[in-house]
Amino acid sequence: MENLQEYTIKVYSENHIGLLNRLTIIFTRRKINIESLTTSEYHIPGVHSFTIVVNTSESMVKKVVQQIEKLVDVLKAFYYQTDNIIYQEIALYKVPTSALTHTNEIEKLVRQYNARILEVTPDYTALEKTGHKEETQELLEKLKPFGILEFVRSGRVAITKPMKELAVHLQEKEDATNYTNHTNITVE
Amino acid sequence: MKTKKDKPLYNVKSGQEITGSEALVLSLLEEGVDRIFGYPGGAIMPVYDALYDYLDKIEHILVRHEQGAAHAAESYAKILGKPGVALVTSGPGATNLITGLANAMIDSTAMVCISGQVPSGLLGTDAFQETDVIGITMPVTKWNYQITHPWEIPGVMAKAFYIASTGRPGPVMIDITKDAQFGKLKWHYEKCTKIRSYFPSPKVQPEKIDEAAKLINAAKKPLLIAGQGILISNAQQELETLVTKADIPVTTTLLGLSAFPSDHPLYVGMPGMHGNMAPNIKTNECDLLIAVGMRFDDRITGKLEEYAPQAKIIHFEIDPSEIGKNVPIDVPIIGDAKEALSLLIPKVKKTSHKEWITSFHKEYENEYDKVIRPARHSDQGEIRMDEVVHLISEKSEGKAIVVTDVGQHQMVTARNYRFKTSRSWVTSGGLGTMGFGLPAAVGAKVARPDREVIAFIGDGGFQMTIQELGTIAQSNLPVKIVVLNNSFLGMVRQWQDMFFDKRYSFTELVNPDFITIASGYGIRGRFVSDRKDLESAIDDLIKSKDAFILEVKVMKEQNVFPMVPSGESVSNMRIE
Ligand SMILES: Cc1ncc(C[n+]2csc(CCOP(=O)(O)OP(=O)(O)O)c2C)c(N)n1
Repeated sequence: MENLQEYTIKVYSENHIGLLNRLTIIFTRRKINIESLTTSEYHIPGVHSFTIVVNTSESMVKKVVQQIEKLVDVLKAFYYQTDNIIYQEIALYKVPTSALTHTNEIEKLVRQYNARILEVTPDYTALEKTGHKEETQELLEKLKPFGILEFVRSGRVAITKPMKELAVHLQEKEDATNYTNHTNITVE
Repeated sequence: MKTKKDKPLYNVKSGQEITGSEALVLSLLEEGVDRIFGYPGGAIMPVYDALYDYLDKIEHILVRHEQGAAHAAESYAKILGKPGVALVTSGPGATNLITGLANAMIDSTAMVCISGQVPSGLLGTDAFQETDVIGITMPVTKWNYQITHPWEIPGVMAKAFYIASTGRPGPVMIDITKDAQFGKLKWHYEKCTKIRSYFPSPKVQPEKIDEAAKLINAAKKPLLIAGQGILISNAQQELETLVTKADIPVTTTLLGLSAFPSDHPLYVGMPGMHGNMAPNIKTNECDLLIAVGMRFDDRITGKLEEYAPQAKIIHFEIDPSEIGKNVPIDVPIIGDAKEALSLLIPKVKKTSHKEWITSFHKEYENEYDKVIRPARHSDQGEIRMDEVVHLISEKSEGKAIVVTDVGQHQMVTARNYRFKTSRSWVTSGGLGTMGFGLPAAVGAKVARPDREVIAFIGDGGFQMTIQELGTIAQSNLPVKIVVLNNSFLGMVRQWQDMFFDKRYSFTELVNPDFITIASGYGIRGRFVSDRKDLESAIDDLIKSKDAFILEVKVMKEQNVFPMVPSGESVSNMRIE
């Protein structure tokens, strides 16, 4: 068995109905669990980007990316190891406001972890922290003694370190493609 | 599309307002479709109604089950090299296509299937005969799309045909709501020639061709495996030119049969689980393996770790995701086989590998003595499948289009029919779909009414789609059907015999009288159980101007040999 590792897959696609479904089928069919998935519009109009995090082997992630790229509506797909991307996740925490008023521990945590207070009501206080999973998780652990009313963490968003732009990749792919039909078969 | 005399194909002018249904039919005409397979129902009725005005342009073959429409369309596509079309209703009509879509997907066949759908306002309400066709067909289609507005029809249909037939071909499913069929649009059609996110056919890289030529020119013991890719890209001529020049023995995969003439001096048979001994054994002796348009399926490679470890491998393949998927490749050549082979031919040296090729012939003689001759030419005991196929191969002069179902008879047919003409073989490879044979024979005959179509089918598989006898009768298709009846699910029984201590768990069949059933459809036939009647019955089959069924009672417990047992090395062929 090859080593499992965390890979971040970036997919650039048309914004078409059903594409997400087609993407996830590629993973489920190979019994690969998706750790996180986020999708948003890219800065090029009409293009969508997906950031997908999986734990798998290098040979498998390679095959998966090739299968993804084969989808008609996918422009291009890549996979990266963590040191080749810049990434973040965002976490929201809801704690009872009473916990804040009784001690100044929470305020300390907010400063220490570079978190933000989003909203304070007599009942609850909403906090936000952006960072890597370990960081948002650490804050969660620290807040647990004060009572967590709600917690949520987003999927990963990532930009990549390599400088080659998508448009260049696409142009190369286009230049390397024949678009015409198969030779029309003449039946003897 | 215009006809030769530049007469318009239809009388609707660009910009004219027409219904969605008519637009769908006109789109088919624009794509050069003149024959389709289908079955009507509520949600597709408007299209059937529009079709009624174009019966002189499009012949519609009414099948007896939608699975039959899919298999017939696939077979049609394989024979003609253009997309087959199936037309069905929503819900059960669409779900009945699934096996056929899966079959075409794994066997890379261009197909455009169209299903009716409930009106868009009812989508997601569990309306009568509503099924999530897009969701359910996603894993078994190259692309699918649901049309909910009439004006989407021309563009989507153009895209459907383009995607189905370019690059690595595959099935496309178009689901069209009833309101989109009834609605109006201004007619305008443009063929699709490019899609921003779709890169169908990578250009062949000349450096790779040079690398390949170097390996070929240096090889002492080269072996070429030709797959279906040769037929899809129509590269039969290039293949022959290349191997004749560089004197390379050729083996064709199950789906590649008929891409290279069986009587060619360089032809060495079929590789794989029930293939010939020479190509299997020599796979592990060659110094260079040249794979063209095939995908190293496990039925060909056997145990991967022991598949050609000594050889360098060149892989010609249009789908980049196939490179290295199963077998590590030394030189990948990504692109269209015809283009790649044409570039390669001038770069290879004219050479001879006489000794190497003779070693294949020796291996064949060995196989012939031990396996082939006893099976083809036994003169006592029960009739064997091999005898029947061999005789039909001789009597049809290797010129028929041969169709099979799935099982022992399929392997026996692949081993014993000797193809003289290309594009003459239709079988279910990757999926191994029992029930494929009879509807595939329908599709082949519709594609080539001028050619003899002979279907070899087992008694098990025949009963999976036997209702298509009705299609053959109604559409007057002179298809020749050979039922090789062993009263067993033979291939499964063989595995039980070899690997499960002969525990024949639910593989014995109590069968009806097939000749009587066929005669109920008005199809004549003969039943043969005695060897002395076989030849005259085959003559009747071949001479018949109408559909004909020949049922041969064959040896009940015949095993197909040689065999590479599942998961073993291709060098370990068992002959008993
Ligand atoms: C739809 C389907 N169900 C089951 C199988 C498994 N299977 C493979 S071969 C075979 C036996 C086929 O028997 P028959 O049609 O009589 O042909 P024979 O092997 O005897 O030539 C079966 C059951 C299959 N391939 N397809």
